[in-house]
Amino acid sequence: MLKRRHSDAAVVRISIDGEQVEARAGESVAAAVLAHTEGATRTTPLSDAPRAPYCMMGVCFECLMEIDGVANRQACMIRVADGMSVKRQQGARSVEGRE
Amino acid sequence: MGNFDVAVIGGGMIGPAISLGLLERGLSVCILDEGDDVLRVARGNFGLVWFQGKGFGMPRYVDWTRRSAALYPDFAAELQEHTGVDVGHANPGGLELLLGEEELAHRRHFIGQIYQQGGGRKYEVEFLDRKQVDDMLPGIVLGDEVVGASYSPVDGHVNPLFLLRAMHTRFQQAGGRYLPHHRVSAVRRTGDAYELSTKAGTVSAAKVVIAAGHGLKELGPPLGLDIPIRPQRGHILVTERTKQILPMPMSAFRQTVEGSIMLGVSAEEAGYNDAVDTATVARIAERASRTIPALRHLNIVRSWAALRVLTPDKCPVYAESESHPGVYAIASHSGVTLAAVNAKVAANWIAGDPAPEEFEAFGVERFDAQKTA
Repeated sequence: MLKRRHSDAAVVRISIDGEQVEARAGESVAAAVLAHTEGATRTTPLSDAPRAPYCMMGVCFECLMEIDGVANRQACMIRVADGMSVKRQQGARSVEGRE
Repeated sequence: MGNFDVAVIGGGMIGPAISLGLLERGLSVCILDEGDDVLRVARGNFGLVWFQGKGFGMPRYVDWTRRSAALYPDFAAELQEHTGVDVGHANPGGLELLLGEEELAHRRHFIGQIYQQGGGRKYEVEFLDRKQVDDMLPGIVLGDEVVGASYSPVDGHVNPLFLLRAMHTRFQQAGGRYLPHHRVSAVRRTGDAYELSTKAGTVSAAKVVIAAGHGLKELGPPLGLDIPIRPQRGHILVTERTKQILPMPMSAFRQTVEGSIMLGVSAEEAGYNDAVDTATVARIAERASRTIPALRHLNIVRSWAALRVLTPDKCPVYAESESHPGVYAIASHSGVTLAAVNAKVAANWIAGDPAPEEFEAFGVERFDAQKTA
């Protein structure tokens, strides 16, 4: 689990896999997740191996998460917002059940 | 550089397939290829092993395609056994989904004509209504405009990049000589053999197969093989990976074993310009989302364009030069679909067997006739 270097930004509340956590305005979803958990942000579609944010700058695509109901979003490229719902992505995303 | 029984010009889908068959016959074979700065049609395709709709105006092409589809399972298994590369071949049948009554009527007419030209022989394509298509695709919600589909159990698909890799790996494994950066500038007859000039040196061979895609335009005419092929651009889009939803390829969509969904198909007369056109990309995505609305939710991760090798009648060419015996041209935009029959049947013709009966239709005379008609 990572520690934030400073914490003077406004508090933003998001949920990570249903758990309510505090994040800081301006930080990315990936940063908020890393500040609250040690685990991976997703598992891979083919082998189910766990993956965690790696580059934090939109290049590696390792931090894909389901954010506000939309799967495969790059958590490092999206800023937290109050009330945001973030879920770890398990395997390949699904489009079943959607019209 | 040494002498070879056969020099094959072109390392795309056709050259290696033919070469594998020649090696099986015990012949020594080299493939002369260029660098990656050329058009590389074999790297740009969709991966369908497709039967329905092929061979309009040419029943022999229907037979030839059916024959390749039948040979594919063994061909793919053989490649995997020797190289360890699973080319991902599957033959679950294929659908062409049709939007609106007009498309359905047009498709019925088109498929009907191909059936009729066969003189009542079997033609494994049938039409499904909306309900039948729904039943065939459990878990998929089709768009309101989908009125039905044409379906063929012969259709299938393959991973074209793995196929290319497997063929090249097998070629070298079986003793073939792969010569990259050997752009052939001229082919000259020297006694009983042919001499192929390249910047990297000269290669001589008893027979020459030109399987060079668009390169045939330049190489062919001096050798009596003036074949009016032209480029036709097509675009492909690839989505992010998803759980498996498409149980079979659908001509404009197919889902890979890894989960990506590939979207096509476009056809543009753009000369040798293989740049991606965003309007075309948008049109493909729009049609895909009308056909299977759930696809709207997927991100597109890649798109590219490539140039088909098209003859005026869209049917393949397998021809031996009259002025230069032992020099052959093979050109087709169905290099993936025909890979199995190229390796297993067409190669034997190059090796010296009588031409397969289908080839009576695949010669170059047909283009002369069109010119004077």
